[in-house]
Amino acid sequence: MIKILKYILIDILKNRFVIGYTVLLAILSWAFFGFEINPEKAVLSLLSLNLIVVPLVCLVFPTIYLYNATEFTELLATQPIGRRSIFLSQYLGIALSMILAFLIGVGLPVMAYGGGEAGLRLILTGTLLSLVFVSLSFLAVMLTADKAKGIGITLALWFFFALLYDGLVLLIYLIFSDYPLDFATMGFAFLNPIDLARILVLVEMDVSAILGLTGALFKDFFGSTYGLFFALVALLLWFIWPVLAALKIFIRKDL
Amino acid sequence: MITFENISKAFGKLQVLNGINLRFNRGEAVAIVGPNGSGKTTLLKILLGMVLPDEGRLLMNDEDVSKTSDYRSQIGYMPQISKFPSNLRISQLFDMMKEIRQANGQYDLDLYEAFELETIKDKYLSSLSGGTKQKVAAALAFYFNPPVLVLDEPTAGLDPLACEILKNKIRLENTKGKLLLITSHILSDLEELTERLVYLQDGRVHVDRSITDLKADYGQNNLSRVIAILMKKKEMTSSDILQVA
Repeated sequence: MIKILKYILIDILKNRFVIGYTVLLAILSWAFFGFEINPEKAVLSLLSLNLIVVPLVCLVFPTIYLYNATEFTELLATQPIGRRSIFLSQYLGIALSMILAFLIGVGLPVMAYGGGEAGLRLILTGTLLSLVFVSLSFLAVMLTADKAKGIGITLALWFFFALLYDGLVLLIYLIFSDYPLDFATMGFAFLNPIDLARILVLVEMDVSAILGLTGALFKDFFGSTYGLFFALVALLLWFIWPVLAALKIFIRKDL
Repeated sequence: MITFENISKAFGKLQVLNGINLRFNRGEAVAIVGPNGSGKTTLLKILLGMVLPDEGRLLMNDEDVSKTSDYRSQIGYMPQISKFPSNLRISQLFDMMKEIRQANGQYDLDLYEAFELETIKDKYLSSLSGGTKQKVAAALAFYFNPPVLVLDEPTAGLDPLACEILKNKIRLENTKGKLLLITSHILSDLEELTERLVYLQDGRVHVDRSITDLKADYGQNNLSRVIAILMKKKEMTSSDILQVA
């Protein structure tokens, strides 16, 4: 079904942007672990980095790649191969490359320096975040044929999830400061994959102690097995729905 | 062999094809001509599966293939502009196509050899010039011996020598009984290669006749004159309509 996946992988893994991304992650990871005596602190620094860089790269690179591959996608569509295969090959090709870059750049150093449970969660959430944002970028590309608009949409998505969303949540706290919002906070977390990833790693660290009552609630929920399970399911849903929506559009799309 | 049955397609409010009925048979060489925006590209894209028609059916050997993809193994397509994945080599591109087409080893190497692609097969596709990319695209279109060849501006971007090689190959395949569908703005090429002309305008088939008959009808011995007359005639009728309105 995915005969062309191999060739798409060959193409992407030799891409300079992907190689650069891997090297950048690797240098930063080794540097953080090198400078910090306490590996947990290094994981914390890496976490902040991951939550900004991974979504950005996983949104922008697939978008640019897909627009540049327009003619090639057209050529594939004229071959005896279904649209579903073309889509899945391209999706898997890009997603696997992004995950591989992350695992080499961040996963290896974390394992080598012993990041502990928090480190493992960092690797797991980073992998899932890669999938989520590759999916969202596919959806953005399917929604518009214009390259500039497509990149605009993906940057807006990044801006919203990485920066704006937390601001909005804080604003809501401010407005409704007279009410208890602990459980609402938990709900807000599920609506942003970046927040989910952040919480999943943070609750494994001692720093979560300074987060107050909500922090204690988070630790109680997300630190537990079933909390982890729900959060992972939420992250899985976050990558599945955009990719299914994008696939549905691509199958009916005029190229 | 290929039948367009009442095919219509609109992009938003723009009706690009309006109830197209056409039948192409084995061994024919057909020129598809029309002014810009007449719908010829959309017609070919529907045949190739790139565009899905709003209405109508596409038949291949009297079988409805509108919603399938396997029939495309019968078609070799050379696009007007080719862009391939940058970091693949020429040989890898051919390997990939072989896997997609599940070819049985019966390859047509004529163009592959004539364009000397074997000597540059390890080159990356991104390093190729526009003309060389067209050579690769042409060699790919013929490589799997498909009974139908769809060529979109095939000679654009090729040097005169490559152009002649390609035209000879097109003629050869036609004499073997393959169906050729060619669009081009280079009318002398069409005159050399095809004998039937389909003239599209505003999404409808305005003329569908043999080129020899057309020339006789209009008393011209040159296809470009005939096309010029066809285009002018259309302009006159539309201005007539405007005057009436």
